[in-house]
Amino acid sequence: MTDLLQLLINGLLAGTLLAVPAIGFTTIYAVLRFPNFAVASLATIGAYGGYVANVRFGLPLPASLLAAFVTAGVAGVASDEIALRRLRLSGPLTLAIASVALTIVLENCVRFGFGNDLRGYDLPVLRDWRVAGLRIGPQQVENAGAALVAMAALFLFLAFTRTGKMMRAVADNPMLASLKGIDAVTVARIAVFTGMGLAGYGGMLIGLDTSVDPLTGFRVMLSVFAAAVVGGLGSIPGAVAGAFVVGVGEELSLLVLDPAYRTAVGFVAILAVLSFRPRGLLGERAF
Amino acid sequence: MASYLLAMAVFAGFYALMALGLNVIWGLAGMINLGLVGFFAIGAYTAALLSVKLHVPMLVGWGAAAIAGSVAGALLAVVTARLKGDYLAIVTLGFSEIVRLTASNEIWLTGGTDGISAIPGPFRGALSPLGFNLVFAGLIWGVVAVTALALGRLSASPFGRVLRAIREDEMVAAVAGKPVLAFKVRAFALGAGVLGFAGALYAHYNGYVAPDAFQPLITIYVVLALTAGGTGTMRGAMLGAVLVIALTEGTRFLDDVLPGLAPVQIAALREALIGTALIVILTWRPQGLVAERTRVLQLEAL
Repeated sequence: MTDLLQLLINGLLAGTLLAVPAIGFTTIYAVLRFPNFAVASLATIGAYGGYVANVRFGLPLPASLLAAFVTAGVAGVASDEIALRRLRLSGPLTLAIASVALTIVLENCVRFGFGNDLRGYDLPVLRDWRVAGLRIGPQQVENAGAALVAMAALFLFLAFTRTGKMMRAVADNPMLASLKGIDAVTVARIAVFTGMGLAGYGGMLIGLDTSVDPLTGFRVMLSVFAAAVVGGLGSIPGAVAGAFVVGVGEELSLLVLDPAYRTAVGFVAILAVLSFRPRGLLGERAF
Repeated sequence: MASYLLAMAVFAGFYALMALGLNVIWGLAGMINLGLVGFFAIGAYTAALLSVKLHVPMLVGWGAAAIAGSVAGALLAVVTARLKGDYLAIVTLGFSEIVRLTASNEIWLTGGTDGISAIPGPFRGALSPLGFNLVFAGLIWGVVAVTALALGRLSASPFGRVLRAIREDEMVAAVAGKPVLAFKVRAFALGAGVLGFAGALYAHYNGYVAPDAFQPLITIYVVLALTAGGTGTMRGAMLGAVLVIALTEGTRFLDDVLPGLAPVQIAALREALIGTALIVILTWRPQGLVAERTRVLQLEAL
């Protein structure tokens, strides 16, 4: 029973981390209507941005997370403008292919600059809390807290700011939004900045949990895509729900499966959910 | 040098065969497959296991590999039948990663990350390395030529026409009374069978298979080959494969041009170049070098 509870707690903590890049992925899908696989490398870029801020410049974690967000956001918009923007009219599948190519280019830019070495953040070593036979790492709780802060910030941005409302309008009905004078190009840029920024922020959280190397983002991508798809591509609450399903599912799978197959859980979850609800748990409504 | 060039010709043959397989799935039927390296891996492991563990004759192993690839393809196509293209992109990408994960972890079967070695090659013992490369280059390009001819015929047949109709507009094809799902599953199975067959040839050429050989980067190489050559055409798939090899091998000499870079930086540059090439071609010449000729109804002529 304690084991089960422990796995549930681990799963919820893991799900909170997965939710951030999954929201990033789904936000870009909601506005631009294609799966942008470049989130994998931008999560890595964010992890490195945070690493430089934290280790080279000695900034505390919250400031480093902000650096991760901005680095990935700027790199995301720049690479999108250079590589993908001209392809917008070629259809979602061409864009999906191009974004896989883009993620390979960006991953190798990181490798070119930093090499393949594993890196870690400058973190104090903390003893796990023990409550009623359960072990909880203070750093994991802090990471989950940081993830919740990012989600809350995104919610406030989408719910109450003018720009946030513009984004929702375009996601909901691009034609109607343009009739209302909303500039689609600007909204797309903001969506890419926010989405990739969140991917980078999430990438750093995952780096805090594991380590930083050129494949940090790629390793969790299957789980992130699964979270977004399970919840319904393009739906932000869906991405959060999907992240918890995948996070908890991956942990619970340890009861019956070899730990190496954890990432396969996301894939099975995709197939299971899509067989019964082809548009995901919460459908495709953005917000 | 001759041996090196022949080895490159062999690898161009593998890419050409994979590009032909992808051409059925993506070029003709318009289904995205970002996990094609997974089918290649299934074929490679099937042939390697049959030949090393069960000592099955090589040709039987090749046939089994094609069948294994095609069964996997059909299953994936049936499971994803109701999904839109962008979901299919994610599922296929995930599929190839699951194949690699399984190959790395089922150590009792696949040897894990150590892989399977000492896979026999056709006449390998009786020939010098140069001779073996020569024989294999002939073999693989022979297979590519036969496959291209057969698939070319298929593409011009009513079956191929239906696939292209589905690619252009699934709804119209369905309204015309074509069982869209059955055609899609058959196209996916056929393409995946070719990919599995390519994997079997690779296993017997290389003599060694390991999960590391089946990275998503290979998928990008093949997509690049098909796109650069011309999606939808068999000649384009073959031409593109040669181009991809020229690009990956040509950049091998980068360290002579750019001294002072670490090997990891050279490797990173080369991989980045492949990705860049694909984006450039998608942007400026999406139809590829050999554009597909589709007949357009001339309304004025009516």
